[in-house]
Amino acid sequence: MGEKKYVGAPVVKKDAASLVGGRPVYTEDLAPEGCLVVKVLRSPHAHALIQRIDCGEARKMPGIACILTWEDVPGKRFTMAGQTYPEPSPYDRLILEQRVRFVGDAVAIVAGESSQAVEKAMKRIKVTYQVLEPVLDFRKAKDHRILVHPEDNWESRVPVGADNRRNLCASGVDEEGDVDSILASCAYKVEQTYHVKANQQAMMETFRAYSYLDTYGRLNMVASTQVPFHVRRILAHALDIPKSKIRVIKPRIGGGFGAKQTVVAEVYPAIVTWLTGKPAQIIYSRYESQIASSPRHEMEIRVRLGCDAEGSLKAIDVYTLSNTGAYGEHGPTTVGLSGHKSIPLYRTEAFRFAYDVVYTNRMSAGAYRGYGATQGIFAVESAVNELADQMHMDPVAFREKNMVRQGDVMPAYYGERAMSCTLDQCMEKAAEMIGWKEKFPCRDMGNGKVRGVGAAMAMQGSAISGVDVGSVAMKINDDGFYTLMVGCSDMGTGCDTILAQIAADCMNCDLEDIVVHGTDTDISPYDSGSYASSTTYLTGMAVVKACESLREQILKKAAQYLSCDAGELEFDGRRVRQLHGDKEISLKDIGNQIMCNNQDALSAWESHTSPISPPPFMVGMAEVEVDKETGEVELIDYVAVVDCGTVINPNLARVQTEGGIGQGIGMALYEDVTYTDKGQMLENSFMQYKLPTRQDVGKIRVEFAPSYEPSGPFGAKSIGEIVINTPSPAIASAVYHATGVQVRELPITPEKLCRGMHPEWFGEGNSN
Amino acid sequence: MKIQFQLNGRPVQAEIQPDTILLDLVRKLGCRSVKRGCETSNCGLCTVWMDEKPVLSCSVLAARAEGRRITTLEGLEKEAGEAGRYLAEEGGEQCGFCSPGFLMNVLAMDRELHSPDEEAIKEYLAGNLCRCSGYMSQLRAVKKYLNRRKEG
Repeated sequence: MGEKKYVGAPVVKKDAASLVGGRPVYTEDLAPEGCLVVKVLRSPHAHALIQRIDCGEARKMPGIACILTWEDVPGKRFTMAGQTYPEPSPYDRLILEQRVRFVGDAVAIVAGESSQAVEKAMKRIKVTYQVLEPVLDFRKAKDHRILVHPEDNWESRVPVGADNRRNLCASGVDEEGDVDSILASCAYKVEQTYHVKANQQAMMETFRAYSYLDTYGRLNMVASTQVPFHVRRILAHALDIPKSKIRVIKPRIGGGFGAKQTVVAEVYPAIVTWLTGKPAQIIYSRYESQIASSPRHEMEIRVRLGCDAEGSLKAIDVYTLSNTGAYGEHGPTTVGLSGHKSIPLYRTEAFRFAYDVVYTNRMSAGAYRGYGATQGIFAVESAVNELADQMHMDPVAFREKNMVRQGDVMPAYYGERAMSCTLDQCMEKAAEMIGWKEKFPCRDMGNGKVRGVGAAMAMQGSAISGVDVGSVAMKINDDGFYTLMVGCSDMGTGCDTILAQIAADCMNCDLEDIVVHGTDTDISPYDSGSYASSTTYLTGMAVVKACESLREQILKKAAQYLSCDAGELEFDGRRVRQLHGDKEISLKDIGNQIMCNNQDALSAWESHTSPISPPPFMVGMAEVEVDKETGEVELIDYVAVVDCGTVINPNLARVQTEGGIGQGIGMALYEDVTYTDKGQMLENSFMQYKLPTRQDVGKIRVEFAPSYEPSGPFGAKSIGEIVINTPSPAIASAVYHATGVQVRELPITPEKLCRGMHPEWFGEGNSN
Repeated sequence: MKIQFQLNGRPVQAEIQPDTILLDLVRKLGCRSVKRGCETSNCGLCTVWMDEKPVLSCSVLAARAEGRRITTLEGLEKEAGEAGRYLAEEGGEQCGFCSPGFLMNVLAMDRELHSPDEEAIKEYLAGNLCRCSGYMSQLRAVKKYLNRRKEG
């Protein structure tokens, strides 16, 4: 690695001018004129069999190109989860199926010349349903007499404890030590259950994709996706065609947050184009994005933990019940993080983590930033706060006594050692920033309002160990500029720029000399995609490797041109020169000379995978003001200190943190998900699903406490996901300190607080 | 039906349906900066100016543009570029999908309010949702942009 000129600098994103200039760089902007408009007719029932579907009249409507029902699609099951093959998610999907499993499940695909024509035709499709009893309560789903997936060709390809005959998408247990007897001997104990809803990622650009056949008759798919290579495989499975027939291109993406790690919309235009030969485009409405997409897994988590009289935490026991909904995308994997990325925050003598993931007749869940860790950390950090409160110990002091430290082995984190960890510094700095000593636990403001403070810690991973592959290809062009072809997906986070920063420092060149080419599965090297907080850490290391290889090749080529030995030469980024002599040649000349009479392609293809997944760590602290009369919560201040290893781009890392905290605040206070008794989701627009506005997030202040991760590029770990994990537990604890009401089911609404503070208003005897 | 109006300073004629939405019309006329984030006038992404006043183009019938002046980000290239630079220098554009609608309101605020304080800025821009940034970088950028003349 070279000198650090760009690593650590607040470099402006390479695509910034296009993005702020409103240039047409997103999927819908790029779609060719005349694409067929594709829409999906959706089920009004949570569970039903399609007895009859009559499309005769609809097919004759003007402007209609194609209507597809369950009888027209391949019968091989697949998963829409964008994961490394073989996917842990069960193969439980068909593009369309006779059985519909949630309100909003796909019934028919309609393609036509205009939205109006398609919408008119959809109204003429006559569907007769045999309405079945649904499984709506995820607490009763396991071993329910009604099966969500009774079909014989349901398949789980990875041993994750799945059994469709029991409505189980996954099940398992991991433990070390004798949790029960240790807990029995603890002086203080907490046993509580916490509930996190199926929150929506709500990226501003909804799901969308368009497809067309190219010169060679291959299916080309331009999709707003985080996982282009997985899209290629999944489309091949769904359409039952060879992967070689498919090309996937990723343009700019209007946000993903994990939502676009599931192939939510791509199959619909793909099958239309494949069958009709015509270009086709689907754009999900916000309504569809709310009711038929890939939200967070609803989880109910029971935590038992206990400490001795001095406040030493002895054991943590976590049981997670996760609701994957109608299909199993990311079900077996998200649940793992609810324990594996919450329990290791503490040194304990024993732990147990058990889980069940169940099918229900709700919308299918997927990947959402935090990926189960968010749910687990809300539960475990809330329980730790409750334990500290119970023994009248400052929760910051409690954590300082028990938190994981650099060098520790983390038994609940696959036995990995924390090689880089400044969690202790994060805690100290955050407490200082918010004025914890002065403000804990609360201050009565004398006007009917109380201010309280609360704290939480968090961790995540950096890529999936032993699974994820990050790759880049890099070549030298004439005049000596470089092309960096990446297989990951910049979804707005700025990874194209971050990888260019790493490359520029490795090659000791200007950032402008690195041209980044985003993902096209025909051109880019294979990369598992941008998820699991992997891009900077993993693909960043692939960049480092590619640069090392390229530097060697430059020296070798220069040696040939200078008629000397490569060992005599050094490369400073601009010129190759003899260490002890006068011979030298510029990179520009090398770049130009290799285009004539040359047999060596100066290029490097490198992949990187990691046997470990070094956790970033952070501390978040909230100060809230609660109106004792109305239960209204105002977020006054939120401070966060993050250890993401070396900060490659402080601006982008800061905005990631502020943005994740903003989303976390929405989850903690505003974003509710409720259903009718027929299973229809009520928060189906931004009128009901309340994203926080700039008036709702208070002040968010972020600092860094960088450690140095030896296995990461320039010492970097990840930051993309961890940042959503602290607001819920920190705000819940701040609210408790202000009101004495502990809310264990998100979001923390004024109604829940009023019920807790004034049970007599509701004819209730006890609080919460 | 036919309508005539000014789009980014140029007279245009368009054939529309009675239920055509202004958002769809301006996109069809090449103004691809205008985005749709919801269908319920909650997100602010589709903000354009009608006679210099910001409106949500998803909730305005195209027919109402008759005889009016419609401005999108494409018509404010220089100003938008300058304000956008402040946003980019904070890393605040992120995915960029909400940037055009946000900048349309920032530029309108710059014309309408005189030295707004933080609360006034937040209130003016409250209708512009952003899911990436947590709003802090936008606030830093807007403050710097509004103070640009003072800084020289």
